[in-house]
Parts: sequence; C-alpha cells; structure tokens
Amino acid sequence: MATEGLGLEMTELRLGLPGGGGGEKKEKKRVLLDILGGDDGGGGKNRNTGVAVGWPPVCSYRKRAIIKMYVKVSMDGAPFLRKIDINGFKGYSDFIRALENLFGLGDECEYTPIYEDKDGDWMLVGDVPWEMFTETCKRLRMKKRV
Amino acid sequence: MTYSFPEEVLEHVFSFLTSQNDRNAASLVCRTWYEMERWCRKRIFVGNCYAVNPRVLIRRFPEVKAVELKGKPHFADFNLVPEGWGGFVYPWIVEFARVYPWLEEIRLKRMVVTDECLEIVSKAFRNFKVLILSSCEGFSTDGLAAVAANCRNLRVLDLRECEVEELSGHWLSHFPDSFTSLESLNIACLSLEVSFSALERLVSRSPNLKTLRLNRTVPLEKISKLLQRAPQLADFGTGAYSAEIRPDVYSSLQEAFSGCKKLKSLSGFWDVVPAYLPAVFSVCSQLTYLNLSYATTQSPDLIKVISQCHNLQRLVVLDYIEDMGLDTVAVTCKDLRELVVFPSDPFVADANVLLTEEGLVSVSQGCSKLQSVLYFCRQMSNSALISISKNRPNLTCFRLCILEPRAPDYLTFEPLDVGFGSIVENCKELTRLSMSGLLTDRVFEYIGKHAKKLDMLSVAFAGDSDLGLHHVLSGCESLRKLEIRDCPFGDKALLANASKLLTMRSLWMSSCFVSFGACKLLGQKMPGLNVEVIDERENLNLLPENAPVEKVYIYRTVSGQRLDMPDFVRIMGKDKNGVYNLSLCDKGL
Repeated sequence: MATEGLGLEMTELRLGLPGGGGGEKKEKKRVLLDILGGDDGGGGKNRNTGVAVGWPPVCSYRKRAIIKMYVKVSMDGAPFLRKIDINGFKGYSDFIRALENLFGLGDECEYTPIYEDKDGDWMLVGDVPWEMFTETCKRLRMKKRV
Repeated sequence: MTYSFPEEVLEHVFSFLTSQNDRNAASLVCRTWYEMERWCRKRIFVGNCYAVNPRVLIRRFPEVKAVELKGKPHFADFNLVPEGWGGFVYPWIVEFARVYPWLEEIRLKRMVVTDECLEIVSKAFRNFKVLILSSCEGFSTDGLAAVAANCRNLRVLDLRECEVEELSGHWLSHFPDSFTSLESLNIACLSLEVSFSALERLVSRSPNLKTLRLNRTVPLEKISKLLQRAPQLADFGTGAYSAEIRPDVYSSLQEAFSGCKKLKSLSGFWDVVPAYLPAVFSVCSQLTYLNLSYATTQSPDLIKVISQCHNLQRLVVLDYIEDMGLDTVAVTCKDLRELVVFPSDPFVADANVLLTEEGLVSVSQGCSKLQSVLYFCRQMSNSALISISKNRPNLTCFRLCILEPRAPDYLTFEPLDVGFGSIVENCKELTRLSMSGLLTDRVFEYIGKHAKKLDMLSVAFAGDSDLGLHHVLSGCESLRKLEIRDCPFGDKALLANASKLLTMRSLWMSSCFVSFGACKLLGQKMPGLNVEVIDERENLNLLPENAPVEKVYIYRTVSGQRLDMPDFVRIMGKDKNGVYNLSLCDKGL
C-alpha cells in the first residue's frame, strides 16, 4: 500500500477514528461509515476494492480451490453477459481459453480481452502477473478489434 | 594430553542427539567433538538455502542421509515475491548426486524444482526413500514419472500444495509392478485425473501404505474400492466428496470406512454433498486430525461430524463452522491442540457467516490443551483477546487475521494493542505470532517487553514509527524470523539494530519506508548479511538514495553473494565478488 505517491501521512499521529482526515481512500471511508452505522449505499456483497496485493494472506493454492471470484464478462455485440470465476485458473493461458469457450470464439480472435481494475481503469489483460490480475480485476470485456 | 574417551563411545552418544540444535551445541564444545559430530551427522536442515552453499555443506558433513531445504521467504505464499526470485534447488541436487550416493530423503519447501532435478534424484540415489515437496514449483508430471519409474525403494511421495505443470495423469502408471514399498502418497494438489486402475493396483501391492491423499478427480463411488484394499490406512484424503445420492454407493462407502480401524487422519472433502458425510461417522471417534477446509457446507452438517470427534487434536475448517460450531468443538474436542479456521470468502466486505471472535474465545475456554491457533475473522475486540490469553496461557502459536486492514476493536474503536499485549504477556511460551487489525507502536512495546520466547513475528499494516520496529528488534531475544508489510518503518530502527540481524535467520520488509541508502549502508557495514533489494521498477538508478525500496529481504549468510539473481534483485553494499566469511563456518549451522 505504501506506493511511491503515498507519502508520509501514515506516520502522522492523529486523533479520532481510523480513516478520518483529508484524502482518505475509499475503503477507509467505508470502514468509518460502517462503524457509525451509516449506509454508504453499497451494502451487501461489495467486492473489497482497494485491497493490497496478497491480502488477506490466503495462499494461492487455497484461493484457487475454495474461493470463487465470479466477475461479469461482457462481449461487444452479445445480448447478455456471462460470469466467470477468475480464481479457478492457474494462469493466463487456461483463462483465455476458458473465455473463448464461454463465447464460442475460435482461434482467429477478433476480440481483445480487457478488464476494469480496482481503480476503475480499463486495462489490457496479460500485463501484470496472473495473481495480481486475479486480485485486481473487477469485470471483463471482450472488445471487438476495429 | 591423551583423550581418554574412545571415538566409538562418543559416536554412540551422539547418535542419541536428534535435534539439530543439540548437535550444533555439541559441535561447539571442542575440536574433537566438532570433528566427531560432523562425521556422524546424518540429517541436515537448512532453513534458508542462501545462508550456506552446497560446497560448504558437503565439506563439513560427508555422511548425509537426509536433507531438508527451504527457499523462498514465507510471504511468497501470498505473491509478494516476484516470479524468478530464486530458491533453485538444482545446484544442490547436482552436488548431492556427486557426493552423497546413499542419500535417502529430500524435503524441500518453497523451492524451484525442475524435471531435470527430479530425474537426477531418481537415478543418482540408489536407496532413495522419501521425497516431500511443499509449496514447490517448476516441475511437471514428467518429473514425477521419472521418480515413479526409477526409485525402486521409494517409501514417501508427498506433494503438498505444489504448482505442477500437468501434462498428463499417466505418470502414476510408471510405478513398476515390482514396486511394493510405498508407505505414503499425497497427490491432493494435482488436478488431472490419474488412471484409477493403476492407482488401485498400486494400493493393492503396497502392504505398508499408511498415508493416501487423493486428488479431486478420484470419484467418490470408487473410494470404497481403495479403502477395501488398504484397511490399514492411518491417513486418508478423499477426492471430491460428491456423487448422485444412491443407497448402494452410500452403504459401500460406509462399510469401507468402518473397516479402517487404524484411521486417524481424514482430509479432502472437496465439493461435499452433506448426505454422504455420515458415511465417516464410524471413524470419527478415532480421528486425531480432521481437515474440512475444502468442505463448503454449512455449520449443521459440519457439527454432525465434529460432535463425534472426541479425540481430535487438530482441526482445520472453513468459517462456515460459525460460532455455534466452535461451541461444539469446545464441548467435544477436549484434546484439541490446534485450531485452524480459513475464510470462505475473504474478498467480500460483509460476512455471510456467523463467525466472530466469540467462537475463538469459546474454544480457548473449553479446550485446555489448545496450543496453536490460525484464525481468520472479520471482527475482534481487546476484551476477547484478553480472555483468550487468560484462558490459554499455554499458547505457543497465535495467528490472527482480521480481514480488513487496520480494523479497530469493534466495540470500543480503540487499537488492539492491549489485546495483543495481553497475549504476549500471559502466553509466556509463545513462539509464533501474527497480528492484524489497528495497531500502534504500543503493541510493539509490549512485544519487546514480554515476548522473550518469540521466534517468528508477522506484521501487516501496523505501527506508527520506527520506534515500533526498534522495540521488537531490541527486545525479542529469541526472534529469528520477522516479516513486515505495509508498515511505516524506515531506516533508523534497522540501522540501529544491525547486529541483531546476525542472530536472526531473516527479515522481510515490503511496502515500508526503508531507503536505498540505508540498504547499501547496512550491506557495507555487515559482511555477514545479504541485504537483497527486490524492486521491479524501471530506472532504479535514477531514484534518489532516500527513496524507499519496494521490498528488502535481509538474511545472514556464510555463502557470500548469490549467483542466480534475476535483474530485479540487488545485493546491496557488496563488491562484485561478495564476501565469503570463513570464520562463520565454524559456528553451528
């Protein structure tokens, strides 16, 4: 979490509840509101966005076996979305094959898989290590190549 | 001066020393004892493969039968160590093949093992008996086929949570028909189907088979056949525990289990269908170990099983057990030593399961022999921690993971300093601690003051300043392993306690505030340490000296620099040749 830009606010002493203070991240705000019993309109099964890599400390073997991380997959031109468990794969090659099977796509793929990460940015699938991808991917889109 | 004690007598006395620490101590008594001991040490344990190198090991211990090596740091389990970092076992295997033809046992943890390594193992050691690979990677089923085909006297093949490239399930069929010495087989981590008939034949011709842990693909309907062929099993892991509900399948399963009079350990249970759980009831009272952590079934079903396990010593389960289930554990499992509760859905903000701190408090009250805890939950309070510490002062391992980073006491909103402080103060035999939740420098003050037997400490998202780290490094006399992530610890405490690091196996710090400059200085000042900066950013050379590094891994070593580092790993403060510190060789390894 202490990326280059994150400065030294963490080391400052402060009074009050955790997460209080200017410029706090979204997830700290949520904790604060939860404590106060507030309703942040998110309720229910919100994915824990903004979580650091490798947290909570569950090893990859167990994550693959037990933890289902279903994310929505849309395909340009398809009438409805699908869902896929990104935790069920060992790496990108298994995963891409499964995506292609899901939509009945062949080898001459006119589609590029992209994903929305925890910061809300759309990224090309395949740049980051697989494990990091599974922890930061919120949704997928099969974008038609132009 | 004549030495009146004959060597044979000394050797005989040493043969009773099994612990490596005892042998190390004996070897420091005098030169004669050092020489005697090194010639007869048969079992070697290397906790960090980069602390020594194969040549140093072989030079000192010429008659080795069993080796255990550990590679990557613990946080590699959580993807904090980039791929390619290291932990390659190949150079060790090559040397062992050259010098220890009678090597019988190899145990590896978090190491990179290639097919070539496995082939060498299968051919170089004629009496090879035990291969245990824990959290290893880099090999395929071809390597396993070589082991199966060539290790005539193999007794143990144990793959624990390994990443195996699975080319086919055919490897198991490479065990020849003449192979009958198998005692333990664990293939639970493999996902491809193995030939069931090959498996069945293997089990049938292995009269000494005590441990059999299957993988998910072995169907429930076929398990009874295997159990019938091996009623002497002590440790069994099922495959997927689901099938169409059929009375004939159920009754043969039940009968097969009840035939296993020696069964003490049970695991597996993937995709469990609750209707089939009662098939194991007949063995429940025999069980000392039960692992239901892949059984995604609700509390009532779990309770029905656990309420019959009066002799259970170790329980591993998902948070589906809920507080109610843990109340049952507290009442039923009076012999419980270890409790592990994993999260079923850790990436979801709100809990669907009624598992809170109360479940843990309940077990701490009811199970007087409880020593070891690993518990994932969503809320904790200081009062619960204090109760636990007072109920169970005999705790030796306490690992608590509150899923939300920096979560405070949910009742008072205070940090959990006092709660964890109570744990270290009351549990005087505590050797391992993992903390979570909102924690300030105060908790480290308590730890430094009280945790005198603490051997391993894991910290995340905690502390306020360098003072926190200083308390731990200066106070924890027995500390050997320290791993820290996302804490505001910088250079000061590290540099001030540099010599402490020589008494430890390793220190890991990631996403903290340790600077390049400090790493360089530490590396220069301390020739007995490797200060590895692990940083994948581009243009590192353009960053200022006071910029924080992504990750630093510091460990003591007599081996000098590693020669196998990828480009994102730099050993700081050493010249190109490294520093080979001969004087440290004489200390017990």
